Amino acid sequence: MTSSTLIKSFERAKENNRAALLTYTVGGDPDKKTSLNIFKSIAESGADIIECGLGHGANIGDGGAIQDSTYRALSGGIKTDDIFEIIEDFKKDYETDVILMTYQNKIMAYGEEDFLEKCVNSKVSGIICVDWPWPLNLDFAKKCKENSIVFIQLLCPTTNEERLKSILNDAHEVVYYISMLSTTGQKLKVSSDEIKKRFNLIKKISPDRKCIIGFGITADTINDFKDTDACVVGSALCREITRSIDDELNPATNVGNMVSDLKQKLSS
Amino acid sequence: MKLEKGIPLIDQHDENGYWGGKFGGNQIAESLNYPIEELTREFEKLRNDETFIAERDYYFKNFVGAPTPFIKLENLTKHLGGAQIYCKLVSKATGGAHKAYNAVVHSLICKRLGKTYIGGDTGAGYAGKMLSMAAAKFNLKCKIFMGAKDVERQSINVFSMRSYGAEVVPVNSGSQTLVDAVSECMRWWTSENEEAHMCVGSTVGPTIFVKICAWSTAQISREMKKQVMDEFGEVPKDMKLINCVGGGSSAAGFWNEWIDYDNIELIGVEAGGPEGSSKHAAPLTNGSPIGVLHGATQYVIQDDQGEIEETDSISAGLDYPGVSPLHCFLKETGRARYTSASDEEAIEAFQLVSKNEGFVSPSLEPSHAFAEAIKIAPKLSKDTIIVVDSCGDSAKDSKIIAERLGYKI
Repeated sequence: MTSSTLIKSFERAKENNRAALLTYTVGGDPDKKTSLNIFKSIAESGADIIECGLGHGANIGDGGAIQDSTYRALSGGIKTDDIFEIIEDFKKDYETDVILMTYQNKIMAYGEEDFLEKCVNSKVSGIICVDWPWPLNLDFAKKCKENSIVFIQLLCPTTNEERLKSILNDAHEVVYYISMLSTTGQKLKVSSDEIKKRFNLIKKISPDRKCIIGFGITADTINDFKDTDACVVGSALCREITRSIDDELNPATNVGNMVSDLKQKLSS
Repeated sequence: MKLEKGIPLIDQHDENGYWGGKFGGNQIAESLNYPIEELTREFEKLRNDETFIAERDYYFKNFVGAPTPFIKLENLTKHLGGAQIYCKLVSKATGGAHKAYNAVVHSLICKRLGKTYIGGDTGAGYAGKMLSMAAAKFNLKCKIFMGAKDVERQSINVFSMRSYGAEVVPVNSGSQTLVDAVSECMRWWTSENEEAHMCVGSTVGPTIFVKICAWSTAQISREMKKQVMDEFGEVPKDMKLINCVGGGSSAAGFWNEWIDYDNIELIGVEAGGPEGSSKHAAPLTNGSPIGVLHGATQYVIQDDQGEIEETDSISAGLDYPGVSPLHCFLKETGRARYTSASDEEAIEAFQLVSKNEGFVSPSLEPSHAFAEAIKIAPKLSKDTIIVVDSCGDSAKDSKIIAERLGYKI
């Protein structure tokens, strides 16, 4: 059910001759209500898929901008259930797919079964778990599939070809390519061409799977990825939320404007 | 869950790196998979390489100062009555603690990997101090991550690190202690792993780091076994080995050679925190839930949301919410017993040991272990041998202890 809508989001973008635009913001940042408004604004500004962070304080993959967002959400008392409520409320009015991005301890603490039940009820389409690598994640990925949720396997520049093939063999319909060795939000340290070379290798091994490209993509480089499947912008948006709060401006409006700009650059 | 005899503790994990099928592992981002595989391959090769072992032993002996003394604490024994108390004076190792072993081994591995840059985390500052010391010796560029709160309270060690040429990065996220320093160090390595090597300062983190650290600190029990035989002519029938446990690196090394001896009791002492406070750093003693922290499954102090809770201990080196998978395994198999001592008990133990023994002045970390020895010794017979690992010297804690006791220095 949900997984098929996720694929359609990619296909719709492809029909428009562009990659799908994914956004990443931390759920509950800076609070429940504003976070929901940010999601609505992102959807209205043309993002194809929303990645919602279920932040973890002791994360090992987030860069500074996302850590700031996570800290704001957690210190504001945001709990896992709040994130599900935000997504559920959002999905009442919007069709845009939502992917949850989190860390293993958040799922463990909630209980795998309960977590998946909540995902189904709040219409989450996919899950990315940063610190749950293949093949350790296979049991959980299977449970996701049984609930029509896409478990999104991660790949990176140092995933060798043998491992790449094995992961793709077990992967669901969508995978995520971490474009460079870094935490989120660092300056792109490899060329767009190099990233696309790896992307093409992934597509050659597995033509049917949609591949999201993430890490280091900004308004300056997004157009380079127009002819791929999908790309994510996250840290720039989180930074925009921080800036809006500091300047006492409306983060939902400002993030929305940024998404419109990204969408235009991806479409031009 | 069963402990096997005749197999080193560090090798009793399954193919996915879990001890007892559930503690440890490599719960890491995909970006760290390759460097961890590379390090695992290299370490397995090196630990069987005679040239490497000879090199390690050379530096342990000539630079770290192995063997460290094994002495009887006669005055303390007399004062307490009961069991005979001995001490493995690991604080006499160069730098004042056991952290030098792991630092030397990681620096040697770094060179074998052809890398010239090494980074590490530190809590009390010992791990960082020894790593920067070793990095200076082996001509490696060095970066140390340290919680901003620890930078403040362990300023003497920070000064040392900077003197050795290391860059000390204060980590301002979260509780600004060791847990955040380890997270930040792992994030740094995620970005820099093609050029840089990472040293995890204790027996925590992904499986290979647990193994390398415990393999390095095993020097403590290797040399002590000989010292025990020299002293008693045999392995005493009733012997108890007491060690403090934060991440658990010194206890793992202090116990390593004795694990197969069922008659030897292994006692780990965690940080109970201030008396009357609900905050502590004792996940094993207080039955904290199992979770994933820094790439490994372990008992970890956390709330119902899976968020790591702030710990509180007067001892920066024990102020860690998780604990080595090795100790989770030793607890679950019943091989080791874990308890805790409060800040106050540790301070009292420091005073009693220093006053009675002079040459032994434990830092706040082993003062927790001494607190347990002081508690149990009077109830035991003189045929019982208690050995405490005095794994750190009190010099770095002078300011904290003096303030606590009302002195101005």
